[in-house]
Amino acid sequence: MSVLVYTEAENGKFKKNALEVASYAHKVAQEMGTTVTAVSFNVADNSSLETYGVSKVLKINNDSLGTFNANAYAMALAEAVQKEDIKVIILSSSTDSKYVAALLAGKLQAGYAPNVVAAPDSINPMVVKRTAFSNKGYAHTEINTEIKIIGVSNNAYGVHENKTSLSEEDFSPSIDDSAFSTKSVNVDKVAGEVTIADAEVVVSAGRGLKGPENWGMIEELAGVLGAATACSKPVSDMGWRSHGEHVGQTGKPVASNLYIAIGISGAIQHLAGVSASKVKVVINTDPEAPFFKAADYGIVGDAFVVVPKLIEKLKEFKAQNA
Amino acid sequence: MKILVCISNVPDTTSKINFTQDNTQFDTTGVQFVINPNDEFGLTRAMWFKEKQGATVHVATVGGANVEPTMRKALAIGADEAIRINAEPTDGFFVAQQLAEVIKNGEYDLVIAGRESIDYNGGMVPGIIAALLNMNFVNTCTGLEIEGDKATAFREIDGGKETLSSSLPLIIGGQKGLVEESDLRIPNMRGIMMARQKKLNVVEPVNATHATADKSFDKPAPKGAVKLVDPENIDELIDLLHNEANVI
Repeated sequence: MSVLVYTEAENGKFKKNALEVASYAHKVAQEMGTTVTAVSFNVADNSSLETYGVSKVLKINNDSLGTFNANAYAMALAEAVQKEDIKVIILSSSTDSKYVAALLAGKLQAGYAPNVVAAPDSINPMVVKRTAFSNKGYAHTEINTEIKIIGVSNNAYGVHENKTSLSEEDFSPSIDDSAFSTKSVNVDKVAGEVTIADAEVVVSAGRGLKGPENWGMIEELAGVLGAATACSKPVSDMGWRSHGEHVGQTGKPVASNLYIAIGISGAIQHLAGVSASKVKVVINTDPEAPFFKAADYGIVGDAFVVVPKLIEKLKEFKAQNA
Repeated sequence: MKILVCISNVPDTTSKINFTQDNTQFDTTGVQFVINPNDEFGLTRAMWFKEKQGATVHVATVGGANVEPTMRKALAIGADEAIRINAEPTDGFFVAQQLAEVIKNGEYDLVIAGRESIDYNGGMVPGIIAALLNMNFVNTCTGLEIEGDKATAFREIDGGKETLSSSLPLIIGGQKGLVEESDLRIPNMRGIMMARQKKLNVVEPVNATHATADKSFDKPAPKGAVKLVDPENIDELIDLLHNEANVI
């Protein structure tokens, strides 16, 4: 009857969102008067879960699950749900977790609420607050089924320490061959680069940059801040930057601590997609740009003048505060 | 190849969002409804399969008679036939069960849904259908090639792109990349005229679970006024970000 979490990992290590979902699950488990059980895939050292409120981890070590496979992962999680008599499953709202969660919902006849931004409004009935209308609003959603799945938004609940004692158990779920009828043949990912989903800071630029050849300073600014780079929809539509960088309603959502928008006017669809970011800075020549209404801090000025100065000053700041 | 494109009828992306009836309903006053953008990329890719590979393309929507203009638009873009499941699309699990019934009966080889609808953002319909019908499934799909019964799909992942091999019958959760924005089609007069002659079948829903219910809605708290910093005084911005906002 414990609360189950799917803890995402990459290269054998937990991702930050794994610790966030563990923190969230601890909160839910406390209110339900139970404990947290995690499932990890090919993670060598599981001990960090102990710091974030997990009492038991089911460790899967299986070479065929080395590359993420939604169907196989969903099968493994479904088996864990049965074995542990689970009623509440908690995972992140990353691309991979959403892929798994929907399959799991179908397999387990479970109600699923994604993009949840706060601890449950109530446990019985289970009501959670989630973003809807592409961040233009929130829905308070009741999950009515016996088994319930909650997808926690990245960077919304936060990582909270709750020291527990962790028991580790090897777990070998039976994965049906059919899981691999859809399988990964190639993963194209720049190693070590900060992704928009995980980034604490995102530096984003729009049409105000005038052309793809001017992105050097954006990348440099991102480099100084350890940030991910992003762009507006017109920029990706014109092919100045890849689709993977497009943030907004039909692109990727952003939920970083700091979002810096450079030469982006702030169309309603863009603002919706980035609204979950905690602090927004806008740099734009046009003081009437809608983004100024959505931002916390703003500079009315030419990006080609302001950004190089900002880079220089940030370098000084970083040197002093290193 | 028989393709079903699942379409959600959603508020236009520029819509202002308001709620009514004590914040329990979305206020549709003055809102224009369109084909969900993620579905429209999929529909346009389906048109490509129709024109290049001779596929038949049906579209399906769960909704009342009010969704028919959106379905007619899909027919005007070039879909051959439309199916409306006559029920309110209250929650993702319910919608997936209704569509699964249509897919089972229609024996589709390829089902194209959107990654998520831009209104309720559940993002679960294609995955639940895949689990209910044991179909292959690729989510956040940004590219799809079909040859015989073999499929090559591209998927957006955090920080990159993945290539997957799969086979029909297949369901995808599609998004931009399946086709480009510039490939999207505005129905022409001939398409609109022909759409009037095409079949729009209305079927009654099957018994299904309402797994979730949106009890109420609210909107983000209004933002305080922006603090403007002089472009000559970048130090002030850095100080604010460091000491006031605590983000650097």
